[in-house]
Amino acid sequence: MARLVFAALSGGLFGFGLLLSGMTDTRRVIGWLDLFGGWDPTLAFVMGGAMIPVAMAWAVARRRRVAFLGSPLPARPEQRITPSLAAGSALFGIGWGLAGFCPGPAMASISFGGVAGLVFLLAMVAGMFITGPMRARLAPLSS
Amino acid sequence: MPIEWIYGAAGGLLIGCAAAMFLLVNGRIMGASGILGDLVDGTAGRAAGEKLAFIAGLVAVPAVLAGPLGRDVTHATGDLAVLILAGLAVGIGTRLANGCTSGHGVCGIPRLAPRGVAATLIYIAAGGATVLVTRHLLGIG
Repeated sequence: MARLVFAALSGGLFGFGLLLSGMTDTRRVIGWLDLFGGWDPTLAFVMGGAMIPVAMAWAVARRRRVAFLGSPLPARPEQRITPSLAAGSALFGIGWGLAGFCPGPAMASISFGGVAGLVFLLAMVAGMFITGPMRARLAPLSS
Repeated sequence: MPIEWIYGAAGGLLIGCAAAMFLLVNGRIMGASGILGDLVDGTAGRAAGEKLAFIAGLVAVPAVLAGPLGRDVTHATGDLAVLILAGLAVGIGTRLANGCTSGHGVCGIPRLAPRGVAATLIYIAAGGATVLVTRHLLGIG
């Protein structure tokens, strides 16, 4: 039960942060990606602000064996930069630049994003759903 | 300093606190695409409850606060073809890359994870190139 409560609290805090920082506004996100228009640096402040508590949390995590609720902490990250990581990130970036939504804000804005938000979210979910089977067919990419 | 930058940094701190809590309390990386994607393709397993609870919070808090904070507009394009194409690209891309802005960027970079740094550089470059092409070369949006 505690796990569910803290998961919901984390999700709620994440949603509040996305909203306050303006990251649910696609204009602001596209403005950050638009180096040749009126460049909007807000996203850099968001990323910078977010990384401070996370860096502290990783420093604490390194000195512990398990998380506060007893489950194992994430394993040491995988080091290899694979074709799948590069191709996937490029594809993600293209979609991000087209619509100005990434997965977090797409979910956070569902209550006020209207039809546009819903269409994006459904297409994103469909994309996630077909990636598994697609990956199995494109074996070289999945390495 | 524009007020929006301060809101950005303050909101960023909240996002970071959310990720720090999910890591230290639940022992999980706060990656939005992984949390949703694992539920969508059925790979969440025993973590499904926690992931659902996370999404419930993520949806509910903005539902309550967006109006009062005056942040209830996304300014998204109304072009359905663009939205569908973009959604598919984000869905497939984040699954192939195993992460998005929150997982690779917010959680991966402070850990100095090479994959997080590489992914973030690539998706920002690809996003920038996309905006350059659509907005300045094709004149859309």
